[in-house]
Amino acid sequence: MNVNEYIFFAGFVILQFVVLATAWNILGGYAGYVNFGVPAFIAVGAYTAVVLFKSISAPLVVQIIGGGILAGLLGLTVGLLTLKLRGIFFSIATVAVVFILETVVMNWRYVGGATGLQLTRPQDLWIFDTYTRMLFFVMAVLAIGSVSIARYIQDSFLGRGLRAVRDSEEAAECSGVPTLKIKLIACTISGALMGIAGAPMPMYLSYIEPTATFNLNYSISALGMPIIGGTSHWIGPVIGALLLATIQQVVTVTVSNELNVLVVGVLLVLFVVLAPDGILGLIKKWKQSSK
Amino acid sequence: MDKIRRKILETGGAGLLAATVPTSMAFAQSAPVKIGMSMPQTGGLGAGGQAALIGLRMWVDDVNAKGGLLGRKVEFIVYDDQSNGANTPGIYTKLLDVDKVDILIAPYATNPTAPIMPLVKERGKLLMGNFSFQVNAKVQHDMWFNNAPWNDAKGWSEGFLEAGKNAGAKSIAIFAADAEFQQNLANGCREVVKNTDWNLVYDQNYPGNNTDFSSIIRSVRAARPEVVFVACYPNEAVAIMRSVNEIGLGSQVQIFGGGMVGLQFTPVMQSLGSLLNGVVNYNSYVPGMKFPGIEDFFKRYTERAIAAKVDPLGFYLPPFNYATGQMIEQAVNATKTFDNKRLADYLRRNEINTIVGPISFDKNGERSKPRMVQAQFRNIKDNDWEQFKNPGKQVVIWPAADKQGDVITPFDRARKAT
Amino acid sequence: MISLDLLFEAVLFGILLGCFYAAVSLGLSVAFGLLDVPYVAHPALLILGSYFTFLLSKTGIDPIICGLLLMPVFYVIGIALYRFYYETFERRSSDTGVRGLAFFFGIAFIIEVCLILVFGVDQRTVSATYIGSSLEIGEYRFPYRMLVAFGIAIFLTTLLTLYFSKTFNGRAIKAVGQDEGALRLMGANPVKIKQLAFGIATAVNALAGAMLIIVGPVEPAMDRIYIGRTFCVVVLAGLGSMSGTLVAGLILGIAESIVMMTLGASWAPAVSFGLLLLMLGIRPQGLFGR
Repeated sequence: MNVNEYIFFAGFVILQFVVLATAWNILGGYAGYVNFGVPAFIAVGAYTAVVLFKSISAPLVVQIIGGGILAGLLGLTVGLLTLKLRGIFFSIATVAVVFILETVVMNWRYVGGATGLQLTRPQDLWIFDTYTRMLFFVMAVLAIGSVSIARYIQDSFLGRGLRAVRDSEEAAECSGVPTLKIKLIACTISGALMGIAGAPMPMYLSYIEPTATFNLNYSISALGMPIIGGTSHWIGPVIGALLLATIQQVVTVTVSNELNVLVVGVLLVLFVVLAPDGILGLIKKWKQSSK
Repeated sequence: MDKIRRKILETGGAGLLAATVPTSMAFAQSAPVKIGMSMPQTGGLGAGGQAALIGLRMWVDDVNAKGGLLGRKVEFIVYDDQSNGANTPGIYTKLLDVDKVDILIAPYATNPTAPIMPLVKERGKLLMGNFSFQVNAKVQHDMWFNNAPWNDAKGWSEGFLEAGKNAGAKSIAIFAADAEFQQNLANGCREVVKNTDWNLVYDQNYPGNNTDFSSIIRSVRAARPEVVFVACYPNEAVAIMRSVNEIGLGSQVQIFGGGMVGLQFTPVMQSLGSLLNGVVNYNSYVPGMKFPGIEDFFKRYTERAIAAKVDPLGFYLPPFNYATGQMIEQAVNATKTFDNKRLADYLRRNEINTIVGPISFDKNGERSKPRMVQAQFRNIKDNDWEQFKNPGKQVVIWPAADKQGDVITPFDRARKAT
Repeated sequence: MISLDLLFEAVLFGILLGCFYAAVSLGLSVAFGLLDVPYVAHPALLILGSYFTFLLSKTGIDPIICGLLLMPVFYVIGIALYRFYYETFERRSSDTGVRGLAFFFGIAFIIEVCLILVFGVDQRTVSATYIGSSLEIGEYRFPYRMLVAFGIAIFLTTLLTLYFSKTFNGRAIKAVGQDEGALRLMGANPVKIKQLAFGIATAVNALAGAMLIIVGPVEPAMDRIYIGRTFCVVVLAGLGSMSGTLVAGLILGIAESIVMMTLGASWAPAVSFGLLLLMLGIRPQGLFGR
């Protein structure tokens, strides 16, 4: 097949954002708790993968599972510490987690510290022609998996509980919904999925270093995509991620890196102000008006 | 057969084929040969990168004026990585897969280069190093060739420590940023210190984006070292010199400096001015050093640099970047191919004549005959770049072959000396 | 292992640093502490103030004067921003939490990226006679740039405290956060009062931004670490307390200075965020909060 390798290279990033947006939405869209600390979970996934790879030469699958588990644990811990705080305090607390973990990693020589670590990819490509294609396939599987999880949650008891929390937490408490428990579950699952998205990154770049991994740009993208796509349904983050991430990749290749973030920032503000229900909301309105 | 080859060349992914099929000479007048890189043009290394870029563009223009490489015009593709290593893997993947370049040049400096080493090794690509330090040590890529006039840390710190020893110093303080270059260099110095009878009284790493050095300088001062070895990047160098001026290091310091990147860029030298006096630091070229053809290069360079509003003197990087171009040119002309492996072979086995002298490489791709100097800043006035044109402002104190004067100690005396 | 001398100097430096942190957090104290606006874009506006100061100071004007000159400009920006926020979010109250936060987060990123596009990622500094030299008292050296920042900080805090306690508008601002209804009954328009407060908060940011670039070099991405420092100070102080902001700033400044001296500068970023998390965990209303 004579397909340009770069398509897989860029495609990996787009699929990664599908996972991140979906994961963010489980807590942010369904429950209304805005997680700014997305990079912390991605980094836990990535650095767990590095440790597993460096210590026992773990295969990619083990790295991903390990990353997911630890990121999920982080989600649980952060949830226990902060989910009692209201809105903005929870969000600021999640930013705090990013910087604190980043500082810890920067002082940890084994994973390269602030300098970073060069990694040599193992050459087990399975059935693919290049390592990048294999990673692309893996990320596609992860994307389908996370979307399925989000879909399942949405229609389940958990989803209904989360929506009740978003609409009015006090009312939900009063009517017997175990709000803390379901928030914790959502936080754990959300964190685990973000960790899973982050775990293949060290192999993807053959390099890892803290500043890029803990970059808050991930936060604005991971929350912008669901808000732009629509937060109430599992397909919203998918639409938002596919659309926005593709635009970002095109912009990166043709213009520059910064414009990336500007695109998300501007679209986010526009949608939050003008179309709070996202693209899904716009589609609904258009359908209703054309009836 | 020719028609079929032409078709293959014209489809995607052909860049790789073009590099391996030696019949590219048959297409003398058609596709240009692409040489690509990212260069830090903004960010901490920007001042150096912009100057280096002019050196490279001068070579591209010169070689195209002569008919190109093997009859093909050289197309030079450059991106800005903003001095940020996080950007380089993406950029170099783009260079290989989207722009389909034939020959890669590394970004200026160690920190943007380190992240792409595994990538180029896996892809089996030649990488022309650009003033990095020991960046190939762990990856051990066999197609890496670094144009910088140094080899390892021992060689680097040798001269500096020798000057300290001669001034009777016994205690040393080391501080360095936590980043690839600074740690490579500082660790090398730490090795040397460990194996000799130096007394290490202070040793700290700081985060690369640190802007306030008051507490570090204060701690250094309290440790009362006689020699202070610093490994830092340009932004840090400026902040450190300002801090030293504000807080002071104590009268017992004999020698200060060593591995401070940035003090070689003319804009930085101009803005620091008299704050530089007394500092002993490394360099690749200072006025007074003899290289064949370099005066002529500077004349042409200065014209272009002033027009582009970039470092007007261009001592540190531009001649060596021009030399990188010369190395590519000679290797291509000798092997009659752009095949990366054959070019690497040639560079490994042969000595190349360039405007910075003859260049040959050891098995790690570093220079087999290093020629860097330690020089002391003297009599620097504020806000004047022209003063640096002539010898006497950066006095070479080591090695003996290039020595221009004895080092003035202690540091406080050297700061005020005329 | 650390000499008492060195520790003492670290504390002194920490006091100067702390007052500086307090001053850059004053705006947030008003906007978030008193008005409850999720103003995460505050540090971005701080950096914007620094860059405007940088531009203005190129004409030769002293940076402090530049900051003062920029205050009316930022006052207008603040009013416009609040007006917009109010009309879009506070009025129609559904889902304000997420949307308001996302809005300001988006604004912060837009400001940061625009700064990068216009100025590049290079560090910018200003020069003045007092930048670069220090006051020598015995063995101790106090950089003048820190003393200047300290002075401005004291000035701003005193000014704001007096304003909030002595003037009608000031007291109305303090009241509007607590009981809007009562304020309305007294004849003051709560929206106009909040607008005024936000304008003042943003104007303070202009001078604080000037201080920031006097104290050290500035680059566009600095707003991220300052999210930690400013929110740490505001949360530590307790929402709604001006003098508390000064004390909280001092605590943060001294803590950071001591950590830099003992553990090293690589742990400094964690201090503000760590203190923040600690406060949120054990005493979310802060030290002096209502």
